[in-house]
Amino acid sequence: MRTFLAFIKKEFKHIFRDKRTLLILFGMPIVQVLLFGFAITTEIKDGKMAVLDLAKNRMSQQYISKITSSGYFILEENLKNYSQIEKSFKRGTIKIALVIPEKFAENLGNNNSSIVQVIADASDPNMANMLTSYLSGISNSFAIENRLVPKIPIKIESKMLYNTENKSVFMFVPGVMTIILMLVSAMMTSITVAREKEIGTMEILLVSPLKPAIIIIGKVLPYLVLSLINAFTILMLGFLVFGMPMEGSRILLFLEILLFIVTSLSLGILISTIAQTQQTAMMMSLMGLMLPTILLSGFIFPIESMPRILQILSNVIPAKWFIIIIKSIMLKGVGIRVVWKETLILTGTSLLFILMTIKKFKIRME
Amino acid sequence: MIEIKNISKSYKEVKALDNISLNIEEGRLFGLIGPDGAGKTTLFRILTTLLIPNRGTATLMNLDTVTDYKKIRRQIGYMPGRFSLYTDLSVQENLEFFAKVFNTTIESNFEMIRDIYVLLEPFKKRKARDLSGGMKQKLALCCALIHKPKILFLDEPTFGVDPVSRKEFWDNLKKLQKTDNITTVVSTPYMDEAALCNEVALIQKGKILAVDTPGNISKRFTHKLFEIKTNNNYKALLLLRKMDGINSAFMFGNSIHLTLNNSKKVTQLSTELTANSFKFSIKNIEPNIEDTFMELMQKE
Repeated sequence: MRTFLAFIKKEFKHIFRDKRTLLILFGMPIVQVLLFGFAITTEIKDGKMAVLDLAKNRMSQQYISKITSSGYFILEENLKNYSQIEKSFKRGTIKIALVIPEKFAENLGNNNSSIVQVIADASDPNMANMLTSYLSGISNSFAIENRLVPKIPIKIESKMLYNTENKSVFMFVPGVMTIILMLVSAMMTSITVAREKEIGTMEILLVSPLKPAIIIIGKVLPYLVLSLINAFTILMLGFLVFGMPMEGSRILLFLEILLFIVTSLSLGILISTIAQTQQTAMMMSLMGLMLPTILLSGFIFPIESMPRILQILSNVIPAKWFIIIIKSIMLKGVGIRVVWKETLILTGTSLLFILMTIKKFKIRME
Repeated sequence: MIEIKNISKSYKEVKALDNISLNIEEGRLFGLIGPDGAGKTTLFRILTTLLIPNRGTATLMNLDTVTDYKKIRRQIGYMPGRFSLYTDLSVQENLEFFAKVFNTTIESNFEMIRDIYVLLEPFKKRKARDLSGGMKQKLALCCALIHKPKILFLDEPTFGVDPVSRKEFWDNLKKLQKTDNITTVVSTPYMDEAALCNEVALIQKGKILAVDTPGNISKRFTHKLFEIKTNNNYKALLLLRKMDGINSAFMFGNSIHLTLNNSKKVTQLSTELTANSFKFSIKNIEPNIEDTFMELMQKE
């Protein structure tokens, strides 16, 4: 026990004396959450718009002001003729253009329908899609308000369940937490074991009466503690800065986070049994863990829209299951009865990694 | 104390050790002498239970290095070829850590490391990375001794250390041997250090060329040895190597060590050197270990 404590103490000293490690451990989580939370959002506000109003009457003015007051559009330019539309697009000053025909009001009065033209800059297809759908939504409500349309046969009243305002930050907080935990747990542990091999202290540790289990647990435990602190920091940022909801049980959330940390740590130790230098350990963790985690976990790209082969592949990414668990607990407030399958998968993966580590850990050198 | 029987070890295609047998008695200071790549480190790793030989057996204190490795690990001290210390920990922290790893304390075994530790004490708060080479080496020795090992393995401990520190280090080893009766196996590429051992084994390309006391090793030299100093040693060496009747010619610091074939006379040699307008002195000297080593290597 005394030996074990000495080992843990030494490990913490390594961590706290290395500025680079500290920066990765504590600087990165905060920066990433804030970055993902603020900078990368899929919502669009203030889409720049140009209007070519050929009608120029009260009705068309009302229509335009209805659009601009929605908050989604900013009226950037009032155009005078068609040829100006393309110029504005090419200059890049606008993302969408609206053409109101000369007989806008008359047509509405006579036929109860008028056609307006919407031209969008599809060099950013996502944005073009969203802006046009916003615009058609606004147009519909304008028509209803002005009783131009007596009755719409099917009216869709949608409600965004579990994330009423459709905020993307609710997706990013669990995602960033997953990545950080993976990074800290898997990459950092694999690097620290590889470091001992590199500087030659591993030789002495192996020759000493230390049991392999003590070496491994001693290496892992400090990072477990630090990962928990990290998870806590990220969650706090999520709650305080971004107003993440917390619908489910906190204890369950804590246990699931702990489980995922154990999965990542066991993966890190497994990598370290193979990697001989810090550099290989880092490359293996980055290439083998970080990239698949970011790309295939459903954090940024929805798994449902991936090609079939990638969908199948995503099943072996522990992060995918963890993100499902976290979102279910935090946003939907469900209990273990709903996420038992994902939990079981993570537990199984951890056990597999630990078993492989025990088999692969060498009490000797190559 | 240490018995090595017919040990061979290969890495993929390279044969690191080739059928090596050695006996090292208790309380000896045993030197393993050979150039880089001779197989010294591999032998150390087999003896310290870190490697399993392909063939042959090794026993330490009658314990087998493969089957009884756990018992052996408690009773040996090992200083690997590089200074394996935690560079971000201080002198004190390194010592304390290794003491605890071996389930002991610095105090309980202070007698053994006292002489070395007093030299380190002024720097005990300093990080290991900021120590000089000699200091690092002393600290590594302290760490290897902290648990009173019965056998000490030092793999090139003086490599890259200044001459003064090297001498101090060997004084320490001698003293440990005398007062604590530790069996020490030390490897070195420096021949002058070989003379300080009780017994040396010359090792080359995974084979042992000779095992004997340093004095006896020198006596194995079979030729008459000459030392030549000239005004241009390099040119002279090139010339000598081309001459007839020369058995061997090697550069040794600021002189050339030379042996002649039986037919050749020293006077003949002098005439030839004068004819090539060299200024030189030539004298008969006693061979040392290095000369013997060179000769043995040439025979191989």
